[in-house]
Amino acid sequence: MIFNRVSYGFAAAAAGAFLFFAPAAQAMTKIERVVSPGGIEAWLVREPSVPLIAMEFSFKGGANQDPVGKPGVAYMAAASLDEGAGDLDAKAFQARAESNAVELSFRASRDEVRGSLKVLSDRKAEGFDLLRLALTKPRFDQEPVERIRAQMLTALKRETTSPNEIGSRLWWRTAFPNHPYSLPTNGTLESVPTIVRDDLTGFVSRTLARDNLKVGVVGDIDAKTLGTVLDQVFGALPAKSDLRAVPQARPEAVGKRLEVQLDVPQTVVAFGGSGIPRKDPDFIPAFIVNHILGGGSFSSRLYNEVREKRGLAYSVYSYLLPLDAAALFMGGTQTRADKANEAVGLIEEEIKRLAENGPTEDELEKSKSYLKGSYALNFDTSTKIAGQLVQLQVDDLGIDYWERRNGLIEAVTLDDVKRVARRLLNGGVLFTVVGRTQTAASAKQGG
Amino acid sequence: MICRRTVLACYAAAAAFLLFGATPNFAATGPDVSHFKLANGMEVVVIPDRRTPVVTHMVWYRVGSADEPPGKSGIAHFLEHLMFKGTEKNPAGRFSKVLATMGGQENAFTSSDYTGYFQRVTRDRLKMVMEFEADRMTGLTLTDEAVLPERNVVLEEQNSRVANSPAAKLGEEVQAALYLNHPYGRPVIGWRHEIEKLDRKDAIDFYNRWYTPNNAILVVAGDVTADEVKALAEETYGKIAPRAEIKPRVRPQEPEQRSIRTVSFADPRVTQPSLQRSYLVPSAANAKAGESEALEVLSQILGSGTNSRFYSKLVIEKPMATSIGAWYQGTALDHTRFGIYGTPRSQVTLKDLEEAMDAVIAEIAENGVTNDELERAKIKLVADVVYAQDSQATMARWYGGALTTGLTVEHLKTWPDRVQKVTAEQVRDAAKTWLDKRRSVTGYLVKEHPKPQERRS
Repeated sequence: MIFNRVSYGFAAAAAGAFLFFAPAAQAMTKIERVVSPGGIEAWLVREPSVPLIAMEFSFKGGANQDPVGKPGVAYMAAASLDEGAGDLDAKAFQARAESNAVELSFRASRDEVRGSLKVLSDRKAEGFDLLRLALTKPRFDQEPVERIRAQMLTALKRETTSPNEIGSRLWWRTAFPNHPYSLPTNGTLESVPTIVRDDLTGFVSRTLARDNLKVGVVGDIDAKTLGTVLDQVFGALPAKSDLRAVPQARPEAVGKRLEVQLDVPQTVVAFGGSGIPRKDPDFIPAFIVNHILGGGSFSSRLYNEVREKRGLAYSVYSYLLPLDAAALFMGGTQTRADKANEAVGLIEEEIKRLAENGPTEDELEKSKSYLKGSYALNFDTSTKIAGQLVQLQVDDLGIDYWERRNGLIEAVTLDDVKRVARRLLNGGVLFTVVGRTQTAASAKQGG
Repeated sequence: MICRRTVLACYAAAAAFLLFGATPNFAATGPDVSHFKLANGMEVVVIPDRRTPVVTHMVWYRVGSADEPPGKSGIAHFLEHLMFKGTEKNPAGRFSKVLATMGGQENAFTSSDYTGYFQRVTRDRLKMVMEFEADRMTGLTLTDEAVLPERNVVLEEQNSRVANSPAAKLGEEVQAALYLNHPYGRPVIGWRHEIEKLDRKDAIDFYNRWYTPNNAILVVAGDVTADEVKALAEETYGKIAPRAEIKPRVRPQEPEQRSIRTVSFADPRVTQPSLQRSYLVPSAANAKAGESEALEVLSQILGSGTNSRFYSKLVIEKPMATSIGAWYQGTALDHTRFGIYGTPRSQVTLKDLEEAMDAVIAEIAENGVTNDELERAKIKLVADVVYAQDSQATMARWYGGALTTGLTVEHLKTWPDRVQKVTAEQVRDAAKTWLDKRRSVTGYLVKEHPKPQERRS
């Protein structure tokens, strides 16, 4: 199924980044590594006190596997998986899910297809069976496919006049020419009409396999039962995926500012440049540097300068986005048209100042303290924990990462963050500015 | 906001019947919610969830945008922002800085009927956040230096939420047109021309009038016991003397509504027209017995998810819409809204889609709903209650939202049971009685209005 508001680009990226770094508290969570009789692995946190089971899973290979010239295939395939499978057409499938209070969803991002299942423990057999059908016997009947296509096209049309989407699309197109990342995950007005059923079945048969699968489970289920379930649900998938290699890339056009004229009351600014890969030893220091610059609390430098002192914006932020084929550093703000240049100037200045002088000792200590203390807040619901379990595996951080993570933060020194601030922030960023722009030289409006 | 709740003793009976045949295995799993009052009149709700050493701490005030003086729209929300600007004891930024240093998260929210502040921290920090929150209940100090830039922040928030979004602007117009007399017609964020004039004195006046322990509810969910919270609350909030008398919140009520109203908003950025309609309906707090529950079930059957009447008839069977749905905002002190919305496919006109939606509603009002639909809706609504138990923050929001809109803890506890008792006839009657276009406003979002010579009316 597809939801009314599809969001990608910056919004989706921000959510991803948050999920990414937020992981875990040690107190409650004992992770069990479960391997099914058929050899399928899942990480489990058993929690019998609430009568539900949350399962999250990832297949490596998302929109970056779209056929050449056909962006949107992965997105459409993921949206169609729960629209009829096996003997059940879309209506029967959805009715059975609702009658058993099964919550099932799939979504494609740039690098993976993600899925979530939430089910009451007394109804787990129904939930797991619906999941098995969706993954291994999707029907892609004409009715749901055409319906989803119409929904995607409506959303794509709406995006042509949305300042956020115009800016996001322009950023990716400019930063990654001739690379799969240049294309939007939800396709284009040109590509979506051309997608046929074979594209969807082809994507599924190449991408949904056992060798690129990671599974996280939390809730009222024991390891032995889960082992049986894993074989039932995922056992019929092909052993091997058939993924196209995605070339490593760095964002281009950094240092430029692209402007798009659009008659809206508020100007939307986005920026991004090179970041640090997740497994790079500098990643944790970079994470702290970003927290100081524009991370998620009411105390970052961008928050103070742009919002608190000057009242230029309601929202201003930055984040790290380590994709499979490109590590990125991203951010954005929205401000009134006559203040857009001032806001962009302030952001540039803060990036430069932090690159040149690095954080202060006090900022470093406070950030470490925040990041260590807030870790536990990411573990207070089953769905959050299941998401963390999958992310740990996707990032290949090790089953003991939750216990090591705060130590990694603690070990970062002032020299580390100064060095990494230079590495992260000296490369320049590409800005997109969409609104009633103040300069004459504006880029052509695009969608 | 939400009007659902948690699994408690009574719920087990409903669930057993509804979901699990004869073997309910979690009769005892619902949280043991405590509710009591401090001597100064502040209410306290404790929702234990011992799985993770984390707590969600919230203070809710029984005041929202519907309580604003005329001409001061947006002051409830503006004050919410200004509550982060410091007190005599804790100058601007100290609370946020201390909280950030300990890894706590915080935010605040405003609605028509309530304003709330929350922090999420590890359990050992609970006392500290209670001390800070208690301090700013009465100790707020404001300077123009802090107030004026923040007003610009709020104006940018209004730009982000409303001005940049044609659909949100239409939503404001529909709501304003629906309420002929009640202040629910005002946007929570306020009208821009009035926000621009709000000042320090407006904020302090509003603060002095409403921010007092006898108008506040403390909700703590997470790794705590009621006894611990009680002791901490008495040490902190319990020491604050009431500073204002709180009278019943009597707002101007709606007259009988008897005209079909429409509004139309044009914006060149609209790529696909759409429509949204709000009906004036009773809330959980002021409905007759069973009526609010029936509206909840009706919104589920009519327009929630792909099995709903709207979706199955007008998206799947006869593909006229790309998106469509219905909602009911049960949590409100006074008469509230039941909404429907739809976006037609590109070859379908707004008028045709609207007529088709009206026909779907008329069919329910005439012939009612099937037993299958009724059971599915109940399963879904009651399962949501179980799923909510998984999140201490959701639980805290449900309780705070309910207690600030005229409901009681008992009301929450019996909600699944009451939903379970809704009959097909009640759902039909709810549609017949309340989904009457004479009590509604329909809003159209279009690219441009017809030229004058083409206007028909």
